[in-house]
Amino acid sequence: MTQTDAPLLSVDGLTKAYPGVVANDHVSFEIQPGEVHALLGENGAGKSTLVKMIYGLVRPDAGGMRWQGDAYTPDSPHAARGTGVAMVFQHFSLFDALNVAENVALGMENPPPMAELSTQILRVSMDYGLPLDPERLVGELSAGERQRVEIIRCLLQDPKLLIMDEPTSVLTPQEVAILFDTLRQLSKEGMAILYISHKLEEIRTLCDNATILRLGKVVDRCNPREKTARELAEMMVGKLLHSPERAGATPGEIILNVTGLTQASPRPFGVGLKNVRLSVRAGEVLGIGGVAGNGQDELLDVLSGEIRTVPGTIQFKGQTVGHLGPNARRALGLLAAPEERLGHAAAPDMSLTENAALTGTIREGLSDRGFIRWGAAREFAERIIERFDVRTPGPDTAARALSGGNLQKFVIGREVLQRPDLLVVNQPTWGVDASAAADIRQALLDLAAQGAAVIVISQDLDELMEICDQFAALNEGRLTPPRPTKGLTVEEIGLMMGGAHDMEVAHAV
Amino acid sequence: MDFSAINPTVLIASLMVASTPILLAALGELIVEKAGVLNLGVEGMMITGAVCGFAVAVESGSPWLGFLAAMAGGAVLALLFGVLTQLLLSNQVATGLALTLFGLGLSALIGQGYIGIKPPPVGDVNFGPLADIPVLGRILFRHDIIVYFSLAMVAGTWWWLKSTRAGLILRAVGESHEAAHALGYNVIGIRLAAIAFGGAMAGLGGAYLSLIRVPQWTEGMTAGAGWIALAIVVFASWRAGRVLLGAYLFGGVTVLQLNLQAAGLAVPVEYLSMSPYLITILVLVIMSSDRRKALGAPASLGRVFHASS
Repeated sequence: MTQTDAPLLSVDGLTKAYPGVVANDHVSFEIQPGEVHALLGENGAGKSTLVKMIYGLVRPDAGGMRWQGDAYTPDSPHAARGTGVAMVFQHFSLFDALNVAENVALGMENPPPMAELSTQILRVSMDYGLPLDPERLVGELSAGERQRVEIIRCLLQDPKLLIMDEPTSVLTPQEVAILFDTLRQLSKEGMAILYISHKLEEIRTLCDNATILRLGKVVDRCNPREKTARELAEMMVGKLLHSPERAGATPGEIILNVTGLTQASPRPFGVGLKNVRLSVRAGEVLGIGGVAGNGQDELLDVLSGEIRTVPGTIQFKGQTVGHLGPNARRALGLLAAPEERLGHAAAPDMSLTENAALTGTIREGLSDRGFIRWGAAREFAERIIERFDVRTPGPDTAARALSGGNLQKFVIGREVLQRPDLLVVNQPTWGVDASAAADIRQALLDLAAQGAAVIVISQDLDELMEICDQFAALNEGRLTPPRPTKGLTVEEIGLMMGGAHDMEVAHAV
Repeated sequence: MDFSAINPTVLIASLMVASTPILLAALGELIVEKAGVLNLGVEGMMITGAVCGFAVAVESGSPWLGFLAAMAGGAVLALLFGVLTQLLLSNQVATGLALTLFGLGLSALIGQGYIGIKPPPVGDVNFGPLADIPVLGRILFRHDIIVYFSLAMVAGTWWWLKSTRAGLILRAVGESHEAAHALGYNVIGIRLAAIAFGGAMAGLGGAYLSLIRVPQWTEGMTAGAGWIALAIVVFASWRAGRVLLGAYLFGGVTVLQLNLQAAGLAVPVEYLSMSPYLITILVLVIMSSDRRKALGAPASLGRVFHASS
């Protein structure tokens, strides 16, 4: 029997353990129709595992759920969708080579014929101010548009509970505002929303209730509107975080000068760079913001030398380096740490010693007539581990075995210890716990204080505002002219990132 | 030299027959690769189908039972590959190569008692007076049922992939297995089904060689047809229509060079023999040189899927 006064969904004592880690430990909470409920927690706190259980992707080891008072045990996403649960994923649920309508159809239980579905998509997308062309290939869409595809896919099924996993990590501030309008409208219509995030201000503006997770356990519940962001952060992290400190050094001479850099992307659906111009001085931190997929990876590759380009477009310490490969640039003092830790910045199955040697050979003199000096390489790896507080049994551990934060500290530390004149990092704290992130930011600031130039490419605007002297944004492969970080407002930053793309128009209607 | 013996009508009619085994195998592999699996064992599955079909047809006297046995034989061998790569997560390239070697050896073993025997004949489809239309009648209406089946499969595959929900799900699995899994699709089940289908089609293609095209059993009689089928799928940008084009081009050059050999063209035989391979690859490379068209490539092709959660 369905009881009318029962909560829409109540989660009671859910527990899920993976080898070596308890992802969820007796987690309980309730959500009412029309409620916007926040799940707040750091990376690794167990938020994703929890919603995967609600969505039927993961089966709990213990505990149960009730849907409007009845037992709810979804054994697949199909069952969850049948009950009225829809989910917008953070990653991995769109197909680049398929068009919008096909992507939507794949997430529905009984999709209508394609022509009818296309009209439905158009109608719903206009109703909620999320314009979308059903015929376009998803791979050609911007990150914000891709998210619209996911949201519309959910809305077409008329769900009672909408789960959103870190929905704003790929949006500009303007797009976030529009998303929130849509969510408020849905909540007014009676839809419950389970909103997962680690962004405190968002949760304070949007959510009615919050459940805070730390290391798999519910540590607190609150009404986020009655708390300050700082109080929420302390609940989430469990301790006080120190803010990075910077020594206000005066910038020195120009280290890197890029002019008129245009470079097609080697990746399918990649975004090429268009007439990029930038310069960084010694002791300066340049932050490059922008929504993912607007040329960030390409910019890092061009600066590191993975993509070689027209020689004259990149000048490093007055020298033309555009045509040089990564090793030649390392020799000159231009180092880089790419975004993808496993597979790009580090070889997952190789030991930390081997990974240290992979980029450190030239500047640390780790080879001798073509042979690797393993003793020196090991000593270098140990130095990184010690200086950057990398938690690992030792330098023989495989890179894959380290947690995200520890491996990231190792990867950044490896470059910092090679005394670069310019360090380029992409997403230095993505998926890293708060204390490791603070350490990494401090390391970058210290490096700049010692007179190196640093370029930080990141989607985390708070991070960029915290550590950068200059800010520029990438939008569709174009870089805005850098501006001093001090005094920049969120609106200005959002406009530099491309504003709300084409969304305002629809909302104004 | 006497080129007058080369009759264009007969040439076209016989190129259709020559192409059919490759066309069948390539269509099967097209489905497998669209599901994100790279099975390099086409050659092994074809020759296993050839010997299974031949043996069963000879023993039972029915070529139709032979074709069914060939499809079953190819599918069983393919499922062996499927279990190894999808359930035991072995490397697809290495396993596929091993499957080819295994299929060649296994077929030689099974086929020992069947060398030099004639299989029961397969007649052409009777279209009545249509077959007597000049030129067109010879080209279109005087073939066995498998030729028509293979052409129907080209259209069927194209339509199934483009217009059906099952086809969409298969493409989705090949495009991103993580996303398909997150949406609740059974990635491994779908891939196993695709692999079995690919095996059955390769087996049927093999049996077409041993029961109709040649028709007799000799060891290693597929002679690289499976590899050509694989190449055609890639260079055809994973499109059924272009697979037909590639297969008929290969079959056409094969038949033409045989005719040229017979006519005594003053070019060493070795050059003529290699020409079908060279010309097919060359034409398909030119066709697929446009980078945008490479988008047909399934993004998860050959990648190992393991549901981590």
